[in-house]
Amino acid sequence: MITKDLIIRWLRHTASVMEAQRDYLTRLDAAIGDADHGINMDRGFKKVVEKLNSTEGKDIGVILRETGMALISSVGGASGPLYGTFFIKAGMLASGQENLNGEEFSSILKAGVNAVMERGRAQAGDKTMVDALLPAIEELEHALKERVDLVEALKRAVASAEEGVKNTIPMIARKGRASYMGSRSIGHQDPGATSAFLLLKSLYESFTS
Amino acid sequence: MKKLINSPENVVRETLEGMALANPELIRVHYDPTFVYRADSPVRNKVAIISGGGSGHEPMHCGFVGKGMLDAACPGEVFTSPTPDQMLEAAKAVHGGEGVLFIVKNYSGDVMNFEMATELVHAEGIRVTNALIDDDVAVKDSLYTQGRRGVGTTVLAEKICGAAAEKGYSLRRLADLAMRVSSNGRSMGVALSSCTVPARGSPTFKLGEDEIEVGIGIHGEPGRERKPFMPAEKIAELLTLSIIEDPPYKRKTRIWDVDSATWIERDIIDPPFAEGERVLAFVNGMGGTPPAELYIVYRTVAEVCLRKGLKIVRNLIGSYMTSLEMQGCSITLLRMDEELIELWDAPAHTPALRWGV
Repeated sequence: MITKDLIIRWLRHTASVMEAQRDYLTRLDAAIGDADHGINMDRGFKKVVEKLNSTEGKDIGVILRETGMALISSVGGASGPLYGTFFIKAGMLASGQENLNGEEFSSILKAGVNAVMERGRAQAGDKTMVDALLPAIEELEHALKERVDLVEALKRAVASAEEGVKNTIPMIARKGRASYMGSRSIGHQDPGATSAFLLLKSLYESFTS
Repeated sequence: MKKLINSPENVVRETLEGMALANPELIRVHYDPTFVYRADSPVRNKVAIISGGGSGHEPMHCGFVGKGMLDAACPGEVFTSPTPDQMLEAAKAVHGGEGVLFIVKNYSGDVMNFEMATELVHAEGIRVTNALIDDDVAVKDSLYTQGRRGVGTTVLAEKICGAAAEKGYSLRRLADLAMRVSSNGRSMGVALSSCTVPARGSPTFKLGEDEIEVGIGIHGEPGRERKPFMPAEKIAELLTLSIIEDPPYKRKTRIWDVDSATWIERDIIDPPFAEGERVLAFVNGMGGTPPAELYIVYRTVAEVCLRKGLKIVRNLIGSYMTSLEMQGCSITLLRMDEELIELWDAPAHTPALRWGV
């Protein structure tokens, strides 16, 4: 069961992960971007935590939507609109809910990643956050269909995300700043896919701690 | 890292505070969300023109706020797109009853944030549309990329459209003009050094003593190709010929249609330059290159244009679209006609560009 409490813990934990991994993400972004992804994600999630100081009377939908709005107004770059859209869309489908079961949760995440793909006009294989998010969410859906319990399903989703991140290394970038490098983007791990993996890993860690 | 700053976190804020103190008759600054706007806003009965982008490119865009150019500019963090809330508040502050035009550089972050802003401004009941600038010829293989970046032509579009708005062009006519300027301008840049983002503290890419980075964007990202160092003549010739010999460029662009209030796709083709045409030549410094060197570059740009039969009717030489302290330059050629020449010559009074007043 995904409770409102878990969502809040997830978002707080993600903020500390983004702070801890800020330099790492920035280094990845320096290689094929403009060296600000870690800085932006850290700033964004600090704004999310500020918003979480008042969650009285707010359901999961409202919390996720406010998370999206906080990210949109503080992350900037391409990641702001994309992560913002992800959370806003997911939040819209969780309106009025205090709890979500596995299937409900995976379907709001699926809606979120579809909205990301539409906003960013990205598909799998473009070397973006989609390359971590999409396989992970599809694995989550698949595992839940097989009646695997939620913890195990999340674990598999995170493993899929991690594999997705590694798979971005040989890809040629077709979106974002990295795309201007052409074939020079090959051999570098995508920073957006990496932060997406960290987001999902943080979810699993919150669930199991 | 030695920079003339105080702390990295306050760079954007303190830049704006300084600009505001220096130009009290021209601009005001609103913080949280942050935007710079004309002191005499809202200017009634004309379309309001708003642009924006990452900080670190000064004077673009905040230095271009004023009569004859922008009504407002939205600065993001260094090299990071501004966010939709900035553009929304700016639009509410400066629109004078004839709608708002967003001039947007074609970088995915800028495009998405301005797209979200366009939707929000429309939801407020304000007529709005966006114009995309995508003039950088450095991207050779548009199969794998997001299309061409928006670089030097952006400055020219802001001046030309600013003048047109003062003359009373409607929103639709202004949007068409902006797209026309984008379509007729082509640019390419080179870096002799990287640059250091204050929050990061180290250069964004490594460039050897004997290397140059050709086909750079403006955010400190690596360019298209690394080449061995060459004299200014060879660099300027390479850039200018790449621009002049660039074949027709075709792409689909997503624009907000004012009447149907939806996003539509439009096919745009940029015609190549041809002998006998008139151009504006813009040699832009990336921030760390001295004015003398820009003139040395212009000397060759003028020679190449003469050789290829292009008549330079106007020029702009200076550091207008920078990347912090990067050494390097970009060259832009814009095809000119009577209308564009008249709009270029029209008065402008902004912190960074002033003539005719």
